[in-house]
Parts: sequence; C-alpha cells; structure tokens
Amino acid sequence: MATAQTRAAARLMAAPAVLLLLAWMVIPLGMTLYFSTLRYNLLMPGMEVFVGFENYEFFVTDPAFWIAFQNTLVMVGSILVITVGGGILLALLLDQPIWGQGVVRLMVIAPFFVMPVVSALVWKNLLMHPVNGLFAWLARSAGFTPIDWLSQVPLLSIIMIVSWQWLPFATLILLTALQSLDREQQEAAEMDGAGPGSRFWYLTLPHLSRAITVVILIQTIFLLSVFAEILVTTGGGPGNATTTITYLVYVQALLQFDVGGASAGGVIAIILANIVAIFLIRSIGRNLDR
Amino acid sequence: MGKIELRAVRKAFEATEVIPDLDLDIEDGEFAVFVGPSGCGKSTLLRLIAGLEDVTSGRIDIDGRDMTRVAPAKRKLAMVFQSYALYPHMTVRRNIGFPLKMAGLDRAAIDRKVEDAARILNLTPYLERRPGELSGGQRQRVAIGRAIVREPAAFLFDEPLSNLDAALRVNMRLEISELHQKLGTTMVYVTHDQVEAMTMADKIVVLNAGRIEQVGSPIELYSRPANRFVAAFIGSPKMNLIDGREAERQGAAAIGVRPEHIRVSRDEGAWKGTVTVVEHLGSDTFLHVDVPGVTSINARTPGEYGIKPGEPVWLTPEEGRIHRFDREGRAL
Amino acid sequence: MARTVSAPRKTAMTIVAWLVGALIFFPVFWTVLTSFKTELEAISTPPALIDFAWTTENYRVVNTRSNYPLHAMNSVVIALGSTLLGLLIAIPAAWAFAFSPGRRTKDVLLWMLSTKMLPAVGVLVPIYLIFRDYGLLDTRTGLVIVLTMINLPIIVWMLYTYFREIPGDILEAARMDGASLPKEVIYVLLPMAVPGIASTMLLNIILAWNEAFWTLNLTAARAAPLTAFIAAYSSPEGLFWAKLSAASTMAIAPILIMGWFSQKQLVRGLTFGAVK
Repeated sequence: MATAQTRAAARLMAAPAVLLLLAWMVIPLGMTLYFSTLRYNLLMPGMEVFVGFENYEFFVTDPAFWIAFQNTLVMVGSILVITVGGGILLALLLDQPIWGQGVVRLMVIAPFFVMPVVSALVWKNLLMHPVNGLFAWLARSAGFTPIDWLSQVPLLSIIMIVSWQWLPFATLILLTALQSLDREQQEAAEMDGAGPGSRFWYLTLPHLSRAITVVILIQTIFLLSVFAEILVTTGGGPGNATTTITYLVYVQALLQFDVGGASAGGVIAIILANIVAIFLIRSIGRNLDR
Repeated sequence: MGKIELRAVRKAFEATEVIPDLDLDIEDGEFAVFVGPSGCGKSTLLRLIAGLEDVTSGRIDIDGRDMTRVAPAKRKLAMVFQSYALYPHMTVRRNIGFPLKMAGLDRAAIDRKVEDAARILNLTPYLERRPGELSGGQRQRVAIGRAIVREPAAFLFDEPLSNLDAALRVNMRLEISELHQKLGTTMVYVTHDQVEAMTMADKIVVLNAGRIEQVGSPIELYSRPANRFVAAFIGSPKMNLIDGREAERQGAAAIGVRPEHIRVSRDEGAWKGTVTVVEHLGSDTFLHVDVPGVTSINARTPGEYGIKPGEPVWLTPEEGRIHRFDREGRAL
Repeated sequence: MARTVSAPRKTAMTIVAWLVGALIFFPVFWTVLTSFKTELEAISTPPALIDFAWTTENYRVVNTRSNYPLHAMNSVVIALGSTLLGLLIAIPAAWAFAFSPGRRTKDVLLWMLSTKMLPAVGVLVPIYLIFRDYGLLDTRTGLVIVLTMINLPIIVWMLYTYFREIPGDILEAARMDGASLPKEVIYVLLPMAVPGIASTMLLNIILAWNEAFWTLNLTAARAAPLTAFIAAYSSPEGLFWAKLSAASTMAIAPILIMGWFSQKQLVRGLTFGAVK
C-alpha cells in the first residue's frame, strides 16, 4: 500500500532482477528443448536434423539410463535417510546442556563448508585408499582384509562421502528448529507424567516435522545434482556403478559431444527435479502468508 | 500558514472502500483531532493528507494549492509516527537534522536549527545518543524535534502517545498542547482515545467506517452529539443509552443520559433500581444500578457515597441533559 | 530459564558429544595434519599422528611451483564479483518486494526460487554453447555471470526476509523528510540492514567459492578457480597427498572461518526463511 509513484518505482527496481532471471531461465530452457529434438553432435557441425522424440527414445531405451535412474534414487534416498536420521540424533545431542557446546557445534558443521572437490579427494585418498588409506590401516590393525572402497562398493562410498557433507546441514536446521521448542510445554508434559520417549514422540517430533520437510526437499534438490564428488572419485564407474542422471548427461554432452541426447537427458532431469520442487515451493509459499 | 482542505476525497483499496467521499476543512493554526474506533479510517485519512497514500478520487489543497498528486516531502508537512520511526543508526543530532540535510542545508545551519529544537524539547544532553539509548518519552520528543526543524505548514501526528505508559501520556499531552500554543502551527492529530481528543483539540472530527459522524469543538460534541455513535464515543464513562418504553415515553427511539447527569437518592426519584456494583474512586463514586424495565445504568455521584450492592436506590436524569435520538440514531 | 541437570549426566553427554563431534570433524583435521607431513609420511602406514617431522614445505611448494596463487585469485575474484554484482541487482528488487508488495509479489518470489531448482545439467548444453560462441569459456567474466545468476534468487530471498523486519514507518518518515528514493535506500535502509546484508554476502561467498558444477565445466586453465585446480589432483599418477592436503587446507580455511561466523544466519538463508 503506497502511492502510484512508489509502486511504479518498485516495479522499476524489481525489473533488472526479474528480467535477468527470466532470460536466464527461458533462453537456455528453450534451447535445451529445441536441441533435444535434433540429431546434433558437436563433432559434426552443420549436420543438425530434426528427429522428433528420437533422442528421448534413445535416452530412455539405453540401459545406462535406467541404471543411472536407479543409482540416483538409491543415492538420494540413502543420503536422505542417513542425514535426516543422524541429523535428528545429533540435534538432540547438541541441544543437551554440555560443556564446550560451541566448539562441538563448530566441529559438527565444518564438513558443510568444505568444497565438494576437496572432501571427495580427501576421502578418496587419505581415508579410502586401499593401501595407504586410514580405513585400510584400521582394517588391517583389526585383522581384516582392507577393501578397495571405490571399486568394490563404489555407490556406498559415494553415499558415505556425500552424507558426511550434508549431515551438518540437516543437523544445523533441525537444531535451530529444536531450539524454538516451547520449554514450558515440555515441562507441562513432564508434570503430566510423560516420559522422555513419549515427549519426543508426541511433542518434539511433530514440532520438527516442518523443519524435516524443508531439509528433505532442499537436500533433494541439491543431491539430484551431485557432480563433483562423482567426477573426482569414480568418474561414474566402475562401469556405470556410480553414474547418476546428472553425470550421464554430462558424459553425453561434454565427453561424447552429443548435444541432442544430452539435451533430452537434461529435460528428463528437469522434470524429475520439478516433481520435488513443486512440493518445496508449496511448503515455502505457505510460510509467506503470515 | 497551514490551511488544509479536503474536497470529495475518496479512498479504496482494491474493492474495499475505506473512505467514501469526504469533505473537511482544517483552518490555519487549528489543532484538529481525528478520533474514532480502530479501523475507522482515521490513519488512512492522515496518510492521504501526508501523501503516503494516493487518493482514489477527490482533491487535497494545502494553503490554497492543489497538492493531490504532490510527493510527501513537497507538501510542507511533517509527521510524527506512532512508532516514532526514528533512524536507529543515527544519533539524535543526525535524526533531527536529517530533513535539513535532505533539503541541502549546510552543516552550520543544520547544527544551529537542531540545537534550537533540542533546547525547546529539553533534548540538549542527549544529542549524541542513539534512539536505542533513550526512554519512550525522549524518543517521542526526538520525533517531534525532527518534525519542527522543517518549519512545516502543518504537523501530522499518528497516534503518537499510544506507545507510552499512562503517566507519561498525560505529560506528553500537555507538552504537545504547549508546543501548539508556542508555535501556532496547524496540527492534525489522530487518536482512538477520546480523552486525548477532548483535552487537546480545537476541533474534533469523529470518524466511523470512513465517514465523518460529526465535526465540532470538544464541548459541542459533549453537549450536543449529532447521533448515537458520537454520544456513546465521547465522554467517559460512556453515556447510558436507553431504548424501549422509557424512550417512547420521552418521544424518541432512544434516549441517552451521561452518568454525571443523574441524581442519586436513597428515597425518591424517577427510576427505582438495585445497586449491582459500586466503584470508589475517592473523588467520585460510580454506581451500577439495575433498573427493571429500563436497563443497567451507570451513575456518578461526587465524593464518597456509602451504599452497598443489593441495596435499593433512586435515580433521576437531569431535565435538559437528556439526549433524544430517532430510529436512525440521529439526535432529535 | 536454563534447564538444570545432574552433573554426571552432563559429563556423560559432554563426552558423547565431543566424541561424535571429533569423529565428524576428523577428515578435516586429518587433511590439515597431513599438509604438514612429507609426502613419504603422508602415505606411511601405520599413519603418523604427532610424531613426524613437521614441515611447511608443502605450502611453499604449492605456492611457488604450481599455479595455486593464480587459481586462488580466480576464486576470490569470482566469489566476490558474483556476490557484489548479485547484491547490486538484488537490493533494489528486495526493497520493492518488501516495502511495496503487490498482488503478484508472492508469485514472483516463488518463481525466482523455482529457477534455483532448475538442475544445472538441464541447461548445461545451451550455456556451454552460448559461452563458446561469445568467447566466455574459461573466463572470469563468464563464471561471474553464471554464479551471479544461480545465486541471485538466494540473495533476493535473504535480503527480502531481512528487509521485511525493518518497519516501513521508518522509510516513510524518510520520504516525509524529503529523501528521494536512492537517498532513502542509501541513508536509511542500507545502514539499518547492514547485519542482514553482511550475512547474505557471507553465505553467497561460501556458495560461490565451493560451487563445483559450472566452475569445473566452463573453465580449463586461465580462469579455473580452486575447485578446478584441486580436482586436477584426482589424476591417478603419483600420490601427492601432502601437497593435495596443503592446497586443500588453503582452499577451505577461509570459507570454514566465514562459515563458522555465519552459522546462525545460514539456516535462514538456506531454507529461504522457512526455518529461523
């Protein structure tokens, strides 16, 4: 509510951001859609032919796509379970009165700030290396044969690395939500004879449900595009064992120069991400009307 | 100079009409108070005069010049907000000096004017502090200071005292009245508190649902309310409003009598009733009396009046102090 | 009121919490430790914990014999450049959304957010081709543009949630006092929003510094920031763990410190105000 002058000024001030983002979205998206209907390889310029849905057909009938699809689901799903479950436990732990809480908090959130390339390489070499890695030494000390993490259980290794990176995020957000919990309500429940277990189940968990939803949705968006961690550790292999849809599109585009196929894959990735995004946008939008 | 004229001013937000077609004159040097219940449009009206909102239609003249489409800063008005709206990151000196800086005055002139204003408002010792370090009353004075340095044609006050505690409110009320005496500038003051309106105003504008119910001096409104709404809104405690047979007997749809215009007696009078609650204020005693066939009546007796709940009492409205209203609520 | 608990319980909880914290922090600690070892000690088993010849040789080598300084500079330019450019575009927009909201403001804000959810691979091909055609591949300018655009929605949102907490009265008072729109923003809004703007900057520098899809795919050598420089260590020939650790430590240290300072604001920024 203001004058026509301020409203006009407001439109003018919002214009650059809105127009730039619109261009950023519409132009590449339109191009992706267009390319996805062409037979278009960067190695053979000038040979572009309209092929309709052939690229999609090719992409979807490629067994690699279904493996990548499955890998993506397994990876995102496991990381969500690990980070949300671990995040709740950690948040509950950090919410307890302890000595040196600040320092523990700093240690716990640190992995989130480590650049993905660094954490992937540190895990790959310093920790997971089959000969010189710390895990190998620990296994040998305990009398086991060390395993070669990245070739024997590649997907699990990736899941471990990425979970380590995202656990702090879940913890931090759940801890913030936990700290806004009504202490009097907890005390009232305690007076009413509710034990720690039922207090957690009936009061704490419902209070956290909103934060948990937000964590799941935001992480899903980011996890669907995990890239650097795969690139520097396994390169999608061995075979297709750690190839996700994001990585598959990258290979198609920048290693095989197949613009048409990569674009079709990109469109599929967009559709998948949008299914999640709709839910996320709704839950954030609700928060706007207060 | 500061004459404000509103002609056929109308304001609608989308489909809802907040102010339907309103005319009003505020004379130069007048202290005008807009009063009404919350949501009556009084603050919107003030913001229309300030230029913070556009009128949907109509015209606003200030000093005979059409200001309807002029930007707020160019209307030569100064406003004191309910929240004071001080700049928290600036010292008192810079807060008061801000409008002068925006007007492009040089440092020396700004300092001189700021110090003059600070002297009038007893703010000199606080000039280098920030708003966060001041009490509510001091913040209020800074907000006023920021308004006076501009030497505006009129001051606009939007419920300036509602954030202060009761004792401070009485003090500030006096200070603002004194300021008006000293400066002689037009002031337009919005409040929901009829006591503020009665004590400060030259002219009270009673608003209800965007319409002007009555305009007049405090005494006019008190003694000759134009309708039931004004009758009930002005005066404390509220006027007793009685309808039904008792009103018909007086030839009206409803009659009203203020508590202070009812004589109380233990043995004779017009209405016989039973005391339900007694409120002792020391200076006065208020009796809530249940009168069968009339209603519950509030009566005021000066000084201490020894009576207990449950005891019978006689009430007599003073002749000539009875207000009569027709079926539409208009005064007869 | 603080909760009071028995001392034994607090002691037990403290021990558990410190153990878990140390476990999570361990890879970072181990990286820093390894950066002070010789290459031989770095790969030795059993691993050396404290009793090794501490050396800063790796830092010297990384700084002098590789292109580390160039790539670090690229990271700084790209992170700061995209954050400042983003603020410049976002501040007016956030002002408009917070103080002059219209009927469609909410939709516009949510739409902005939705662009953030567009998976990068979906637009990899066109962006790559556009950049190739306009000579933006492997340039700092190109990366600044991309990172500005991908973080713009977050910047707008964070500023919007901070601006919304500033009472509109104060801006109206400035308007009454004769401040023009730019003056209202510069003299009144920005000074009041300093904490919010600072945490928005911090979060964006962190995000831009660590971004590893576009920085890896759009750069080769000249404009490569630290992400790409360190990714080059993934090549299997030779085990330069100590140097990798030194380079990594230098790459993550500034961000880790910034992140620790901004952890409170981070939650709000990353959840678009949904959790505070």
